[in-house]
Amino acid sequence: MVASVKPPTAPPHPTKITPKMLELTKENRDFLLKLHRQMQFIRRFEERTQEQYTKAKIGGYCHLNIGEEATVVGGILPLQLTDYIFTSYREHGHAIARGIDPKAVMAELFGKENGTSHGRGGSMHMFDSDLRFMGGYGIVGGHLPLATGGGWAVRYKKEKDVVFCMFGDGATNIGAFHESLNFSKVFKLPVVWFCVNNRYGMGTPVEAASAVADIYKKACAYDMESIQIDGMNVREVLLKTSEIVEKTRADSEPRFIEALCYRFKGHSVVDPDKYRSTEDKEKFRKADPIVAFEHELEKAKLADEEYFKKVRMEVDAEVQDIIKYADESPEPKVADLYKYVYADEWEERPELHGDPL
Amino acid sequence: MPEEKLYRVALREALGEEMERDDTVYLIGEDIGKFGGAYRVTDGLLDKFGAERVVDAPIAEEVIVGTAIGSAMLGLRPVVEMMTINFSLVAYDQIVNNAAKIRYMFGGEANVPLVIRMPGGAGHQLSAQHSHSLEVLYGLIPGLLVVAPTTPEDAKGMLKSAIRTNNPVMFLESMSLYNVRGMVPDGDYTTPLGQAAVRRKGADLTIVGVSRMAVLANEAAKQLEEEDIDVEVIDLRSIRPIDWPPIVESVNRTTRCMVVEEGWATYGVTAEIAAGVQERCFDYLDAPIRRLGGAQVPMPYSLPLEKASIPTSEDIKRMARKVVGRKTDA
Repeated sequence: MVASVKPPTAPPHPTKITPKMLELTKENRDFLLKLHRQMQFIRRFEERTQEQYTKAKIGGYCHLNIGEEATVVGGILPLQLTDYIFTSYREHGHAIARGIDPKAVMAELFGKENGTSHGRGGSMHMFDSDLRFMGGYGIVGGHLPLATGGGWAVRYKKEKDVVFCMFGDGATNIGAFHESLNFSKVFKLPVVWFCVNNRYGMGTPVEAASAVADIYKKACAYDMESIQIDGMNVREVLLKTSEIVEKTRADSEPRFIEALCYRFKGHSVVDPDKYRSTEDKEKFRKADPIVAFEHELEKAKLADEEYFKKVRMEVDAEVQDIIKYADESPEPKVADLYKYVYADEWEERPELHGDPL
Repeated sequence: MPEEKLYRVALREALGEEMERDDTVYLIGEDIGKFGGAYRVTDGLLDKFGAERVVDAPIAEEVIVGTAIGSAMLGLRPVVEMMTINFSLVAYDQIVNNAAKIRYMFGGEANVPLVIRMPGGAGHQLSAQHSHSLEVLYGLIPGLLVVAPTTPEDAKGMLKSAIRTNNPVMFLESMSLYNVRGMVPDGDYTTPLGQAAVRRKGADLTIVGVSRMAVLANEAAKQLEEEDIDVEVIDLRSIRPIDWPPIVESVNRTTRCMVVEEGWATYGVTAEIAAGVQERCFDYLDAPIRRLGGAQVPMPYSLPLEKASIPTSEDIKRMARKVVGRKTDA
């Protein structure tokens, strides 16, 4: 793995989320401010990522988590470090919230050798086996069967881990979604299906693509406990996700969470986003999960605007350092083009490379 | 003592012995447990190893293969049975976009030690959606190892190797070979993946056979002996990678080559072999390389039509005579 430099804004990893620790009290101030900082860090990371994309430092497709930070931080922090995550291609924030060094995440975006996937994956394919971050995947719905397999392995080994599978609303219309939910229920696999419903599959609204617009209801077809939560409220996401994850850990039954949110940017960085109304965007902007949390903290007198400003400046400085690190990192060697295609003795077999170009 | 065994029994022994040897090996597929498998390969294994390790899955190929891949990433060694290679197309996304690419796109941080067994071939009036030989669809894909054993000895030895490697292996069986008998060595042995086998030495012509066609080529070669045509037969065994050295050595010596597969020859495995042979052996060749494949139709149900769609040893003999410049029987 990449040599780990401890990230400045490391995600707080509580051992267990309780309703009490999420109350807006002085005793909880430290944890709540860490949550806030983590969300703000991911927001800034993504904004600067977009900037680097326009400077052509980052290529390919690039999907941002901006607007979804409450689902990112609230979804991932309740997990134990021994739990497994399978996620989609909108996963820079997921990787960071999991505790992967943001330097390695940015280096991967820059296509560098010290990225999480040594520059072979890019924006959509972050990975870290130590942190059991089992990958970002680019085929919509295609990773749900893999999460089922993760659940199978946990059950097979008689372990108590939970597999947490994150995907968008768009993934719930493909066959693999239904096959996976069905399979997980038939075999009682410890999988939590976490749908980040940002209301659009690329440019198509949920109602136009899904016969059931309340996505959580789809899980009822598989006789699975399923809830819909406010994905713009980090405290709610944390608490509800934690409850569901711990229930699944206890009884090895799959469960389903639909977190309602909104992405503030287009589907990817190059999307001009002409399919959403200005009114809609304005409405959700007002519900910005970070701003909403800041209001709560301010109201409870746990922090003020000056503090928030300071955090914004600090995380921006951190992200600038990260960009510098990524920029200065080495490119993969062309001589290593074929490395990693096969494991073990097959990796170096020339007959598997075809004739050289 | 080495014993004569059926191809399907050799496969069953490989599965059972590997499951005994390694707790992380499990089987998953459609009706492989109580039913015993559509071709009875897994018969009896449920009783021996239990439902946790011999898994009767819903008829849902995509999640079967996806589950196997995901569990392989977490350290298990799944062996999937696809009822036929035709059904594997339902899971093609999982095989191509996940199994084959995961190691590379995550920069070597994950392995997928997975075997997918699947029978191909025709000859049982199963018509268009249960017949066919689609080896080439997997031979095309970097990240996969693709093998097609033709003898009980290889079936057992290569399945063991497939289970033990940390790479995804497409293990292509032929439904017409399950009842073939052959000597199987005693004890725990493995047969390496990635190697062709010279089944018969000869001086006039090299025939490279893919899967069951290697068996037919051998039969044809025996009969051609009576016509004083001395054929060398190479059983390709490994479709990805292709084991070029024995093929090149043979063709350079015989100066003639033909390639036979049961699948469609256009864009087929035979196309790849023919192209590779002419690149490597051009200066030695005394005749154009010929290819023989199945008729380019969706497999018909009608018995006479089906028979006309699959290469026979007569077809092989006819083409072999042409390649060596003998008068044909036409």
